[in-house]
Amino acid sequence: MVENRPYAKFLAYLVLTIGVIIVAFPVYLAVIASTNDSATISNGNMSLLPGDQAGVNYYRTLFQGTARTSGEAVGSMMVNSFIMAMGIAFGKILISILSAFAVVYFNFPFRKTAFWIIFITLMLPVEVRIYPTYKIVADLGMLDTYTGLILPLIASATGTLLFRQFFMTVPDELLEASKIDGAGAFRFFKDTLIPLSITTIAALFVIQFIYGWNQYLWPLLITTKSSMQTVVIGIKKMLTTQDVLTEWQIAMTTAVLAMLPPVLVVIFMQRLFVKGLVETEK
Amino acid sequence: MAGVTLDTVRKIYAGNVEAVKGVSLDIEDGSFCVLVGPSGCGKSTLLRMIAGLETISGGTVKIGDRIVNQIEPADRDIAMVFQNYALYPHMSVYDNMAYGLRNRGTPKDEIEKRVKEAARILAIESFLARKPRQLSGGQRQRVAMGRAIVRKPQVFLFDEPLSNLDAKLRVQMRVEIKRLQKALGVTSIYVTHDQVEAMTLSDKLVVMSGGQIEQVGSPADVYRRPETRFVATFIGSPPMNILPGTVEGPGRVSVGGQSIAVTDMREGLSAGTPVEVGLRPEDVQAGSAGVSALTMDVDFVEELGATQLFHGKVAGAEFVVQASTGQIPADTRRLTLAIDPANVHLFDPQTTKRLGRV
Amino acid sequence: MEKRAIFSSKTLPYLLLLPQLAITFIFFYWPASQAIWQSFLLEDAFGLSSEFVGFENYRTLFEQPEYYRAMVTTAVFSTAVAILSLSCALLLASQADKQLRFGQGYKTLLIWPYAVAPAIAGVLWIFMFHPTLGMVSRPIKTMGIDWNPMLNANHAMILLVFAATWKQISYNFLFFLAGLQAIPKSVIEAAAIDGAGPLRRFWTIVFPLLSPTTFFLIVVTVVYVFFETFGTIDAVTGGGPAGQTTTLVYKVYSDGRLGGDLGSSAAQSVILMLIVIGLTAIQFRYVERKVQY
Repeated sequence: MVENRPYAKFLAYLVLTIGVIIVAFPVYLAVIASTNDSATISNGNMSLLPGDQAGVNYYRTLFQGTARTSGEAVGSMMVNSFIMAMGIAFGKILISILSAFAVVYFNFPFRKTAFWIIFITLMLPVEVRIYPTYKIVADLGMLDTYTGLILPLIASATGTLLFRQFFMTVPDELLEASKIDGAGAFRFFKDTLIPLSITTIAALFVIQFIYGWNQYLWPLLITTKSSMQTVVIGIKKMLTTQDVLTEWQIAMTTAVLAMLPPVLVVIFMQRLFVKGLVETEK
Repeated sequence: MAGVTLDTVRKIYAGNVEAVKGVSLDIEDGSFCVLVGPSGCGKSTLLRMIAGLETISGGTVKIGDRIVNQIEPADRDIAMVFQNYALYPHMSVYDNMAYGLRNRGTPKDEIEKRVKEAARILAIESFLARKPRQLSGGQRQRVAMGRAIVRKPQVFLFDEPLSNLDAKLRVQMRVEIKRLQKALGVTSIYVTHDQVEAMTLSDKLVVMSGGQIEQVGSPADVYRRPETRFVATFIGSPPMNILPGTVEGPGRVSVGGQSIAVTDMREGLSAGTPVEVGLRPEDVQAGSAGVSALTMDVDFVEELGATQLFHGKVAGAEFVVQASTGQIPADTRRLTLAIDPANVHLFDPQTTKRLGRV
Repeated sequence: MEKRAIFSSKTLPYLLLLPQLAITFIFFYWPASQAIWQSFLLEDAFGLSSEFVGFENYRTLFEQPEYYRAMVTTAVFSTAVAILSLSCALLLASQADKQLRFGQGYKTLLIWPYAVAPAIAGVLWIFMFHPTLGMVSRPIKTMGIDWNPMLNANHAMILLVFAATWKQISYNFLFFLAGLQAIPKSVIEAAAIDGAGPLRRFWTIVFPLLSPTTFFLIVVTVVYVFFETFGTIDAVTGGGPAGQTTTLVYKVYSDGRLGGDLGSSAAQSVILMLIVIGLTAIQFRYVERKVQY
């Protein structure tokens, strides 16, 4: 501490506390709304204290759903979201760790080309090629399937770049030593590289799980059946801005449920989350 | 110009860790004071308290006649050279040196005059437009010095400023710092863990250990008459040999059954009192028998060029003798060492304090 | 940068690359080239046949006032979110950088909104600012403002900016905090000894040293507003009222879906691709510059 003026620390606590309150307030309101009944919210009479409808709201949301989402229960939407998020996270880790291993540890004629082919995908986010991609998924008969939800999103440069960067920091001597010990490419990958990469894998998993869970545009396009809806899509369908009949208590309960898994991941795996965030952006 | 006076200065960190345990010290105006000690001895903390970068938990720090405990670093009229130089990476060399003056509203032409002057003294005139990252380690060091000089402060503070340089540059910059300080005559406090730097730079040498001052004095005094066993082994290279011994009578101790005479010995020590006998490797003469002598079994010899180090045992304890090359045949297995009574240091094994004449 | 020790195998590397390259070609390169190809085609009204029309689709696109409006909307939206989220994040990060007793707790409480989906963020904010039942709308209305983001385009944009900023602060905060912690403490101490007070230190030392981070975050935030706020817009305004909060990406979506004008949608996609390439190039030039520091 350069200066020890007490007011500087007081100011810091004040600013941070206000910041935390502003950041938390929208979510707090959602939690409160999820404990009130429809009428209280629609009349604009909701207080800042929890109501007594939590049990009803959460039960109805999770297991029954509303008419707007064709009676689809949020519980099954969350299962869809979970399958998609896990599929994207694991799929991305798997294909990118293999391709990074090839690019870093082998010498072959198209090595540079292969790297650049992967690298350029950084510049092709799904938003700039929505309809042609949609058409291909439709032609492959993958609309309304988990494969269609997951597969197009697992290829990206971030994972490959991250693993490549990490592999470059692994000392050459390790490979030389395992070669002397008689290990081939597969053994080296399994016995040395994977154990060393565990934190990197975990960090990438955390980031990709959040990325997968929060997907919006892609599932919006390729899911037509309500049974395939993810929770982030489901909530949007619950509110039509012009409609006074929006069941806000159910919508906000859904919002709380939809936030819960990724937020818990961030809070409980904060170290991995920060590592993943910082390193995927290099 | 001003001196610096510390009165029972304490630093207690959270968790009741006492880093500095009541240090009192008088640093005369214009003198060069070096704080030396192993890492963790509190020397840097003490310096940072003088700078105002750490709060003072107890006692007072005076610069000149002013108690500065509650005064901001900016208003203490000091300048500091940091270990990593702490140059502003986004500013040119000129701006780095001018920054402190601009913050104080010094007129533009005065700033230019002072920066040019400092740059001339430090021979960095040709780098003024460059950014720190374009400079070598030695050049950065000079800029850091320049930034301190232009301010014309009451006190210079140096926090291990040479430890990031290679050995050759370190010696060169050491000489330059000494020359500069003599020329400017500004009170300087210098922290280092390197005893050679400490000996060569200081007018006043302060040896610290465990948050306390072990000894204060001129470098020659500290070397010649170490007040504690810690100082004895810390100052001097290779370090002083310590042998177990017992008092035989006034002016005589016994080491492993061999009797040696001692000039500086406390009166009234009864025979049989255990003592620690300190002998510097460079203070013992091999070969010729003198007033008193010790025998040493040689294990091996280290060649240093001009000198040789004979490693072995005296009275069962590790012992090193430094001798000019060629003075002793390298294949000698057993040495007789002549001991000058004036070069024997005695320490109390319990308190580790010197058992010299009071 | 290449490894000294490598494996030699003729087939293995291709097998390892196969999954990623296959997916990349099927879902990235093929559709992207389709988009480019389609942008030069004009379909007839029934979608039965199409003819090559060169830059016709681009020409008509640039004749549409709606396209310019989408550009302006995107520019306003991204500028507002960038300024607001960066300044809030910097303020919070500079406070959290001080050695505080509950520093880690505050950090946790500030970063979690990153995990909230953009669409959900939109839902949370529309609930607060809903014209009839919104808790925050009520005090605004009592101040005499006829607050209605459903009908008033400016209100709708303000709401979008809030929702998008709210989510992005956490990301920018994290990177600013890391940037602040990377500044050597001794440089700040040297400035303090050089007589600079806290504010002056911030503007003459800390802020310039943070500029690479700031620049990086501007680019990232602009990319975020361009692409990821699609969900926020769809949830909050659906591009309305009267198409006035339709951004470039939202327009690609709505033109292709509702209008079915695939040629125009494809031309818009190609322009977006160019923008992404430009932004990525800027970002990489920054990375190179950063290395020098």
